[in-house]
Amino acid sequence: MATGSTIGAVAPTVGRRSGAAFAEMLKDSALFALVTLGLSIPVVAYRTDLGQGTGLELTGRWGVVAGLCLAVFVLRLGQRLILGEVSRRREAHRIATAGAPPVVARAGRVLGPLTLIVALTLPLLAALGSGGLSEGRYWIDLGILILTYVMLGWGLNIVVGLAGLLDLGYVAFYAVGAYSYALLSTGFGLSFWICLPLAGLFAAAFGVLLGFPVLRLRGDYLAIVTLAFGEIIRLVLINWVDFSGGAAGLSSIPRASFFGIPFTAGEGGFAQTFGLTFNPIHRIIFLYYLILVLALVTNLVTLRMRRLPLGRAWEALREDEIACRSLGIDTTMTKLTAFALGAMFAGFAGSFFAVRQGFVSPESFNFLESAIILAIVVLGGMGSQVGVAIAAIVMVGAPELLRNLSFLKAVFGEGFDPNEYRLLLFGLAMVCMMVWRPRGLISERSPSVRLGGRGA
Amino acid sequence: MTLATGTTRLATLQDEPPAASPGGPADPILVVDHLTMRFGGLTAVGDLSFKVGRGDITALIGPNGAGKTTVFNCITGFYKPTEGMIRLSQAGGETYLLERLPGHDVNRLARVARTFQNIRLFPQMTVLENLLVAMHKPLMRASGFSLAGILGLPVYRRAQEEAIAKAAGWIARIGLTHRADEPAGDLPYGDQRRLEIARAMCTDPVLLCLDEPAAGLNPRESADLNTLLRMIRDEYGTSVLLIEHDMSVVMKISDRIVVLDYGIKIADGTPEEIRNDTRVIAAYLGVDDEEVAAVEAEVGLVGTSAGTTA
Repeated sequence: MATGSTIGAVAPTVGRRSGAAFAEMLKDSALFALVTLGLSIPVVAYRTDLGQGTGLELTGRWGVVAGLCLAVFVLRLGQRLILGEVSRRREAHRIATAGAPPVVARAGRVLGPLTLIVALTLPLLAALGSGGLSEGRYWIDLGILILTYVMLGWGLNIVVGLAGLLDLGYVAFYAVGAYSYALLSTGFGLSFWICLPLAGLFAAAFGVLLGFPVLRLRGDYLAIVTLAFGEIIRLVLINWVDFSGGAAGLSSIPRASFFGIPFTAGEGGFAQTFGLTFNPIHRIIFLYYLILVLALVTNLVTLRMRRLPLGRAWEALREDEIACRSLGIDTTMTKLTAFALGAMFAGFAGSFFAVRQGFVSPESFNFLESAIILAIVVLGGMGSQVGVAIAAIVMVGAPELLRNLSFLKAVFGEGFDPNEYRLLLFGLAMVCMMVWRPRGLISERSPSVRLGGRGA
Repeated sequence: MTLATGTTRLATLQDEPPAASPGGPADPILVVDHLTMRFGGLTAVGDLSFKVGRGDITALIGPNGAGKTTVFNCITGFYKPTEGMIRLSQAGGETYLLERLPGHDVNRLARVARTFQNIRLFPQMTVLENLLVAMHKPLMRASGFSLAGILGLPVYRRAQEEAIAKAAGWIARIGLTHRADEPAGDLPYGDQRRLEIARAMCTDPVLLCLDEPAAGLNPRESADLNTLLRMIRDEYGTSVLLIEHDMSVVMKISDRIVVLDYGIKIADGTPEEIRNDTRVIAAYLGVDDEEVAAVEAEVGLVGTSAGTTA
């Protein structure tokens, strides 16, 4: 009853207000029409035609002018009405949701576990969805691709999101990891499980190597130097043919084994040991869970680090370097740790990439990869783990999905390949983000510790 | 680590008695000795010598552009002085030459904390997190440089709980308990000022350097600040060196005042002496010596305020 009477009391006021507003809109639209009239008199109102003799003849076109003015009037009125309605609704929504936690923050809390559950059961879902494990291979492959980028995004998030160091050459560490595994396994016959930590260590070492001279730089300057570093690594890989195989890359890299049991059809293979019929999909599923575990480890370490003094120092460094120095924090060492840890996870991801592809070449580590990973971090919201995961799914998964939408081919022609429009889509996504969520999909920062109890 | 200890040994001096200007406090915690700082052709600070007494509140005052903040930046390791020596002696007997320490070691080893003229909090981090960042050194050690922390060992958990308790104590002291989990950037200006002081105190300093702590505060907030600074001096035994323009703060709480003008020390003494120093008055009011008496009477500097605080 109470609410009803309140609405009743409010309604007339709203009606009166909207009446006045409508009059104002009419006036505004009329003004627009008037301006159109003024502009069209010299431009549209007369047409010059070649006359009977030598001169020009003026033909009046007042009908066209009137039409133009009317069109502008109607369009403007429509625009005002729609905009007014939108802002009124937004206001009403704001009032209704005031006090409740922001929608996106709530969505983030639900999306995180949901994404995790989907990720854990993806092979099963794929099998059910496409009627058989082998048929679901496409989805599992896509999952592997996305998770690789999720892991890279989380790794870069340490450097860019937490420590605030803009790194445009992150892919260099990815390359170091991939080549570490490729060279160690082909050259020395080391197994994947020994090479994985080694690749991480090598990448971290490269991070420190790069970090020492350049971390005194800030912002744009750091970005340029890291960009150059990424290119240097790629050019070295192309040109040092004896070492890296040059542009042709390295092939026939040994595949990962199930903790020593190879995924082969014959004697002592995975299928036989576990009493299954041989199916190449076993290896794919294994790779899927491998990258899932690697990504989750990255996530876990990052979340833990945020609550440790070092992680807090990273965030403090992002906020104010000078204040950090005055509090006795060694800024160079702190930056180096962030750089090294970020690089280490890229190294892990790189060695996974090599073992999955069985082939590495410098082509896979160009600047576009760095740009994609950085875009994932920025779009996801710097420092937000869930945001980065969602951004990776969107950025990597969306072009793949577009490829499968057959009606697009019907619209744009048979030769339409959405992958060619990938950069266009990135640009579009970036512009949209700038307009609507300038600080990333999930921009709310959750405190690492709370006075009232254990924090996030 | 080895590198850091090496520097410490280099920067530690036990012999050589202080050669600063005669007079001043008997047991100085900080001796600034012939400090000169030049930026190109500009001499911001010229041959400045003064002492900060242990357990004292010492004020560094002077007109705008006198070089006060430059002195601060030299003391706290943000600038390397062109000439001169800055010696800090802790109660335990360790002596550090601050001008030779790398920037962050001035706080980490010599335990000199500072605040900034334009507040430098970590705006997106919460009040509590700001204070925890200040306890980086003990927490870092407890977390085994993150290894023990990653594994979640109880050593670190205990250290973190202690740190939180200490931070909570400071948050209560500056009256921000109800906003402890809010981003520091959302606090009102006066609270941010107090939080910055609390953050500096969380590093357990022996010398606290405050750059214009009362700037932008209303009279009630400045009075609170006076209480806070006195409490810091009396309860924690921390020596305080502050730059301040607000004479109501300076005259009330300082044990000693050093006056700079154009980078040169023009007076050094108790508030009483400074108040009656003709050169100080001339520097502040910019009048000829003959007119000083007339201006004093007009402003009421000598007559009234001397009577109230003495």
